[in-house]
Amino acid sequence: MIPLSYYLTLSAILFGIGLIGVLLRKNAIAILFSVEIMLNSANLNLVAFSKYITPSQASGQMFALFVMAIAAAEVAVGLAIILMIYRNMQSIDLDKLNIFKW
Amino acid sequence: MNYYLALIVLLPVLSFITLLIFGKRMGEKSSYVSIAAVLAGFALSIKALLYVMDGGHAKIAFTWLSIGNFDVTFGLLLDELTAVMLVVVTLVSALVQIFSIGYMHGDKRIGWFFASLSMFTASMLLLVLSPNFIQMYIAWEGVGLFSYLLIGFWFEKKSASDAAKKAFLVTRVGDLGFVIGLILLYVTAGTLDMDKVFAMQFAPVVAGTISILIFFGAIGKSAQFPLHVWLPDAMEGPTPVSALIHAATMVAAGVFLVARAYPLFEQSPAAMQFVAVIGTITAFMAATIALTITDIKRVLAYSTVSQLGYMMMGLGVGAYAAGMFHLFTHAFFKALLFLSAGSVIHAVHSQEIFDMGGLGRKMKITAITFTIGGLALAGFPFLSGFWSKDEILLGAYQSGHMAIFWIGLLTALLTAFYIFRVVFIVFLGKPRGHHSEHVQESPAVMSVPLIIFGALALSAGLIGSPLTGNAFQSFLTGGHGAEHHPDYMVMGLSGAVALLGIFAAWLRYGTRLLPANIISKDNLIYKLLVNKYYVDEFYYKYLVKPTHAIAQFAYTFDQRVIDGIVNGVAWITVRFGIGLKRIQTGYVQGYALYMLVGLIILIIWSCRVLGLQ
Repeated sequence: MIPLSYYLTLSAILFGIGLIGVLLRKNAIAILFSVEIMLNSANLNLVAFSKYITPSQASGQMFALFVMAIAAAEVAVGLAIILMIYRNMQSIDLDKLNIFKW
Repeated sequence: MNYYLALIVLLPVLSFITLLIFGKRMGEKSSYVSIAAVLAGFALSIKALLYVMDGGHAKIAFTWLSIGNFDVTFGLLLDELTAVMLVVVTLVSALVQIFSIGYMHGDKRIGWFFASLSMFTASMLLLVLSPNFIQMYIAWEGVGLFSYLLIGFWFEKKSASDAAKKAFLVTRVGDLGFVIGLILLYVTAGTLDMDKVFAMQFAPVVAGTISILIFFGAIGKSAQFPLHVWLPDAMEGPTPVSALIHAATMVAAGVFLVARAYPLFEQSPAAMQFVAVIGTITAFMAATIALTITDIKRVLAYSTVSQLGYMMMGLGVGAYAAGMFHLFTHAFFKALLFLSAGSVIHAVHSQEIFDMGGLGRKMKITAITFTIGGLALAGFPFLSGFWSKDEILLGAYQSGHMAIFWIGLLTALLTAFYIFRVVFIVFLGKPRGHHSEHVQESPAVMSVPLIIFGALALSAGLIGSPLTGNAFQSFLTGGHGAEHHPDYMVMGLSGAVALLGIFAAWLRYGTRLLPANIISKDNLIYKLLVNKYYVDEFYYKYLVKPTHAIAQFAYTFDQRVIDGIVNGVAWITVRFGIGLKRIQTGYVQGYALYMLVGLIILIIWSCRVLGLQ
């Protein structure tokens, strides 16, 4: 059986990738993808912990399903916002979106 | 039982409240409310007087608040002294308010004027009815406040608002002594209830210190030397106010205070001596100043100061009843003089006596009443002032204060001279100034109070004269005052100096027998008198200016140091803000980075705190 730490390490790597994507990518859609990667890394953690700590119950898996559903809704909202930004700014480059600057 | 006593005080308060609410709408009709209240008060005061004359005393008291062992009681005390004061205050107040209907006619704040007069009357009545010193002090401040408000009634005039401030501040100085005296009294006696305090025996030094401190309050209120400077300036107020507050009632409150606290004063010969000396100095000094003043109201103001000095002199030499008797007669003839002067000012529109002249033919009633007032003030034989002044001089003579007696006699001479100087200049001779050409007698609403006061000035002295067996004095002292035999030598002397003074004034101002420049204006004494002994200048130089300097320093300190600290804090905050605003880049990813950094710090910190590895 694969030890828990492997799952956790993979999850951490995925989370890091997602985080770096959020922080560094300029394209709003790419950032949305990165957020999804971070969410999925969290899902992976939930499933892994569930399997190792309470194998008899599928609670972690249930959580993961909920997270996915919420993530889908969030992506829908996020894409709608990005669409609106594009309509207003003719761009989805976040560096050009600094109108709240001091 | 004697709850109508409370009504005497409450009626004017009620009138005050009514006028405060409706005064503006009622306009000139305000006077009816206020006069009705005070007339009812007068009727009840007469009832109170009759009650006391039947040998009755009354005291109502209830605990107002108690802090630990310290009880403050409120109440009303009716005895001989109070009964006399009640009648004087309500009578003078009623007549002055009736006079004011004419004098203040057309003033735009007339409602407020009568409201203030009402509340002043209420405070004054509360003062005389106080059975303890705390309540008395409250009322004392009350009359001071309304004196301030009424002096500054025409506050648009800078001189009036300045005079009001001066009056308030100068009397304040005396009040400070009063308060310290009361604290000292409480510390030593453990109570401020008059009955209890007066029943106690103090060491002479303690009694003397407390008495003199309390007397400071009287010095301020009764305009005694050296705090007399506010009273002449207080003449900026409307003339009826001067008559009521600054001649007949409030300024007499100081005399009343000494009379009330007399059992305390009597325990210390030094304090009595002090009162007598201050009174004598004041009487003499103010009389000499009055010789050179050319403003009719100010002459009367200095005359008031001088007569108050007389009363203090009387109290100080032990002639308690004589001092109060003089207060009683003075209230009427001085109110008469002020109201007559008001009538003259109303007609001539000037207060300068050299703008007047020859008014006797045109204003017959005013001329007669002013002359009666002048005769009473001068101590013309058998008028009210004669009897009371004579009693005081007699008191000084019999107690062996010969210096005080002679100065008092000299002051009586000066008094007769300065008041008849005014009478002759104003009412005789030719008209001066364009207004005095076509003056008219004042309306009946003004002249009737004058006639009533005139009758009182003529006759009020009789009840204390030897002709009636000194009825007033024996009433005041509860029948204990020995009915003394009149001293014809003193009586003759005081009558003679009055006649001499009047004759000298006639010689100088009534005829052309003496050259006008008989007294050189370069005379050193003349200069001293015209400048009122430089007391104001002294205060200005040694009190007002240093105070200004301190205030200027405090102002600078506040501007530089205190405001500097405040501004410095603000400046630092602004600097920080300017620096920190640079992190508000507007880049969403930048904010995400801050969140990440914050989260990491939070994780590390919580691991440390919770001990997680």
